[in-house]
Amino acid sequence: MILLKGCEFMNRMKIGVLGLQGAIQEHIKQIEALGCTGVIIKHPEQLELIDGLILPGGESTTMRKLIDRYGFFEPIKQFSANDKPIFGTCAGMVLVAKELSESHDGHLGLMDICVKRNAFGRQVESFEAKLDVSGMEIPYPAVFIRAPYIEKAYTNVDVLATYENNIVAAKQDHILVSAFHPELTGDTRFLQLFVEMVKDSRKTATN
Amino acid sequence: MERQLGTEVVKRGMAQMQKGGVIMDVVNREQAMIAEASGAVAVMALERVPSDIRAAGGVARMADPRLVEEVMSAVTIPVMAKARIGHIVEARVLEAMGVDYIDESEVLTPADEEFHLLKSNFTVPFVCGCRDLGEAARRIGEGASMLRTKGEPGTGNIVEAVRHMRMVQAQVRKVTLMSDDELMTEAKNLGAPYEILRQIKDAGKLPVVNFAAGGVATPADAALMMEIGADGVFVGSGVFKSDSPEKFASAIVQATTYYNDYDLIGKLSKELGTPMKGIDIAKLSQEERMQERGW
Repeated sequence: MILLKGCEFMNRMKIGVLGLQGAIQEHIKQIEALGCTGVIIKHPEQLELIDGLILPGGESTTMRKLIDRYGFFEPIKQFSANDKPIFGTCAGMVLVAKELSESHDGHLGLMDICVKRNAFGRQVESFEAKLDVSGMEIPYPAVFIRAPYIEKAYTNVDVLATYENNIVAAKQDHILVSAFHPELTGDTRFLQLFVEMVKDSRKTATN
Repeated sequence: MERQLGTEVVKRGMAQMQKGGVIMDVVNREQAMIAEASGAVAVMALERVPSDIRAAGGVARMADPRLVEEVMSAVTIPVMAKARIGHIVEARVLEAMGVDYIDESEVLTPADEEFHLLKSNFTVPFVCGCRDLGEAARRIGEGASMLRTKGEPGTGNIVEAVRHMRMVQAQVRKVTLMSDDELMTEAKNLGAPYEILRQIKDAGKLPVVNFAAGGVATPADAALMMEIGADGVFVGSGVFKSDSPEKFASAIVQATTYYNDYDLIGKLSKELGTPMKGIDIAKLSQEERMQERGW
């Protein structure tokens, strides 16, 4: 791996993965591959121990119900209000959106985007494609599974990638989202973007 | 930028997104909505739950496409459906209808007693049952993207699912620790494709997820299966054969997420009515045992 191992300075950065349901281990593996400590977050108190949070792929409807049932809703909003970085992949992107195209109410409502769920169709329409991502020289191997896309990105949102004119990756301040699943590939470049955000946020916090 | 549909990553990945979740059997729109509201990660649309299939006897086939459509329009979570073992056309019909996953299932009467489907030919992913690593590896070899224990469906008795999960886990561990020159003999003994065993040995785990299925009747059963290494849980007759399906469904979901929080599981279990009445596997004759279907 030629990439910078972003976590090897100071004490290791701790990146949490919301551990209610979905592709949790896959994210942990990538986090560890980049030299950070991966923490599976099963209880809201654990949020205080981590520098950044990943909302993984899975079923957004299920995750939302478990977020409510186990008292994660306000603590995650607070985590974001403290400018701690959050990375939502697929279902995670649905969870952080301010608006969903089928209903005006989003879930956590942390990012100024409107997301369309299952936007590419059902599972038989799931696909892989090479994607041009802003700042990456070589296209990124993106895996879209019953994936959403961003129908509308409001001002202050940086679009990082589009697929056939639909926005599939974006960033706003301390929040990063992808409609695809970086954790299902061996390519850690996308997670590296998040690790950099976490690194910057720690620097700001200590200054 | 070209779109590649139905790749191995996409098919296996879909099952990875279901991990830590519960997939529930439903027979109509109302049940599908209860399942979704309880936090199920997917529903399995079928005409009868396994315990009713058992009671009804006769030939059990793919569900009426109208029913599958009804369920698909009722929920936004993924919808799975069952096709008979080896029934190419039932599987193709379900694929054409756009179901998200097909279960090539021994719960239905097999259409082919010799050949399973060549699942790698399909765009839609498949889940298959397995009792041991040989069976698991053969199904992966044919292109299954997800596995589940066979258990003994419709009995409300967890014993067979436990047996199958423990067996696969133990055999994976054995293969992982084996020396290279022992692997071909193991492939022969298990009746497993050598290349698949090779992959398992190199990765130290199965290349696809393995859920528990067949006999999960209580939240504690679901948690037990997670405890011994299941990636998630299928609940067939358990939910809608219980006294209060809503409560029961939600309790199973919570017990699966927090499978080692015993206080919680105790609390969840207190509030439930009677679970489905179980069947002692030893009282089933050989022909009544669904797990013997397929090879």
